[in-house]
Amino acid sequence: MSKRTYWQDNLRLVAFCLAIWFLVSFGFGIIGLDWLNQIQIGGFQLGFFFAQQGSIYVFVALIFFYARRMAALDRKHGVNEEQARE
Amino acid sequence: MELQTLTYIVVGASFALYIGIAVATRASSTGEFYVAGGGVHPIANGLATAADWMSAASFISMAGLIAFLGYDGSVYLMGWTGGYVLLALLLAPYLRKFGKFTVPEFIGDRYESQAARIVAVVCLILISFTYVAGQMRGVGIVFSRFLNVDITTGLVIGMAIVFVYAVLGGMKGITYTQVAQYCVLIFAYTVPAVFISLQVTGVPIPQLAMASTVEGTDGIPLLMRLDQVVTALGFSPYTAGTKSRIDIFFITMALMIGTAGLPHVIVRFFTVPKVRDARMSAGWALLFIALLYTTAPAVGALARLNLTNTIQPGPVGSAEGNLAYGERPDWFRTWEDTGLLQFEDKNGDGRIQYYNDANSAFTKTADEYGWAGNELSVDRDIIVLANPEIAGLPNWVIALVAAGGIAAALSTAAGLLLVISAAVSHDLLKGIFAREISEKNELMAGRMSAAFAILCAGYLGYNPPGFVAEVVALAFGLAAASLFPVTLLGIFSLRVNKYGAIAGMLTGLLFTLGYIVWFKGIFFESMAANVADNWLFGISPEGIGTVGAGLNFVVALGVSALTPPPSQEVRNLVERIRVPN
Repeated sequence: MSKRTYWQDNLRLVAFCLAIWFLVSFGFGIIGLDWLNQIQIGGFQLGFFFAQQGSIYVFVALIFFYARRMAALDRKHGVNEEQARE
Repeated sequence: MELQTLTYIVVGASFALYIGIAVATRASSTGEFYVAGGGVHPIANGLATAADWMSAASFISMAGLIAFLGYDGSVYLMGWTGGYVLLALLLAPYLRKFGKFTVPEFIGDRYESQAARIVAVVCLILISFTYVAGQMRGVGIVFSRFLNVDITTGLVIGMAIVFVYAVLGGMKGITYTQVAQYCVLIFAYTVPAVFISLQVTGVPIPQLAMASTVEGTDGIPLLMRLDQVVTALGFSPYTAGTKSRIDIFFITMALMIGTAGLPHVIVRFFTVPKVRDARMSAGWALLFIALLYTTAPAVGALARLNLTNTIQPGPVGSAEGNLAYGERPDWFRTWEDTGLLQFEDKNGDGRIQYYNDANSAFTKTADEYGWAGNELSVDRDIIVLANPEIAGLPNWVIALVAAGGIAAALSTAAGLLLVISAAVSHDLLKGIFAREISEKNELMAGRMSAAFAILCAGYLGYNPPGFVAEVVALAFGLAAASLFPVTLLGIFSLRVNKYGAIAGMLTGLLFTLGYIVWFKGIFFESMAANVADNWLFGISPEGIGTVGAGLNFVVALGVSALTPPPSQEVRNLVERIRVPN
């Protein structure tokens, strides 16, 4: 059942990406703010950096990462749009 | 050349460009009118989404908002970008595969229910009209500020322009207009930002300038210096903020979910050719949005420091430490004329004291200094508007900022008006009340409802229901609590049925609407003071959409578990949209 494993693989990838999404914004930028702010890198307190810059960069990278991995997954399971329906 | 003339020329040229594009790419079928024929390149769609997304508020107000909120402003930065991750991973590719025209259409088909479709249309119209009311107001303000006409005239000009290209061009027209509008607005935003970064820190990239040191000083990082400067005047530290952490969490989440649930954003991903393109296109969109959203906090921090140092050039508390009113710079005089800066010499010393007189712990210190209250009121919009003048940039840059602000307001208004017209002509007419309507007539109905929506939006912009910022908070809360959860469940659950979906949407909608109206008093007197002590778990009305969305999920799943599962056709539909081919 290729379609089933395709969907399972997709869900796993989505869960992984959402975990990172949550970690950099809510984790680093809000919940762990005070803790991370003790670390200073190049003029930024780290927590503040994630809240106002870092999380946004990670979001962009995350979407492109997901899109690339899904394109590979589409090909692997033969559900690519160019491939005929089973 | 005179600034006013130059502004007219630059803004006029940008209008000619937009209308030219709209005429060249006008829609000739319903497919082109609703989703640009599904043939937009993913990068072009990314550009259009970015322009669609970034409103007059993003362009004009956000940097100023962050400048005065400091860390608390992060809710907008994370909230209005993080939603695209949800969109790309959870909604866009599947809705593209579904391959029809509107969000209510998906909900109607997936839940086999005209009632669910109608509830979704009601949510969509409520969300989009509250949002567009704020935009039209923004259009009026931008026009009046830059072109020296009154707000009503500005509103009418804005309506006329949007009318031409949204009614004529449909989705195809506005897509390519938005591509041009993005280019105008990002150029207009980043050029002054680069110059102000150079001026303050000597570093040309705003994102890096924020982390460097002020030129000609010891090595204290800019943000730390900013903390010192503002706390010396009784404000809370820039990098700490004042909102409770739980409220920050819930507002950020509500803005993220709300972003992913906004119909005019979702529908943009119906316009690309393939499922794969929908995923990539969300990445491009966020990249283009991030260009502005990572620049804004830098502009905010730099401008706050610049403003504070201008008013307080000497040591805090010394008699000579404050700027003498007679020596104020030219840009100060310009913006005083508009009322965005106001000075009142409360202690009669002829100098400007700008500090936090609402901070009771600072009152004693201020008394010792001989200060009799804050003397300067600053409108936050000035941070972006006055930037080119503060940086001493030539007039053509100021004219460009005007064109950028207008582009931001028009592109968002057009996108919103289009989803409203699609909901009326496609969901209500073609879908429910006049199923036999021909394509030609449906297209005509689409154009007419777009025209009608512009008139309604113009009226709302003229008589805005409450304060614009509150109206926008309402739109996000409602989108988060009503459309996002059932759309998501429609893709990821085979079990949720029409009863669950309808109950979920209504619960989320009514709860969120009720909570916001209770504290904000839109249309009515508010029922309780809008203060943290009265809030549920300390969550402000801006953040309550998160709770509304949670309730929507719980109710939809609970009710579905107690009622029969959806039919085999629905299972087939869901299985079909889960794979690209």
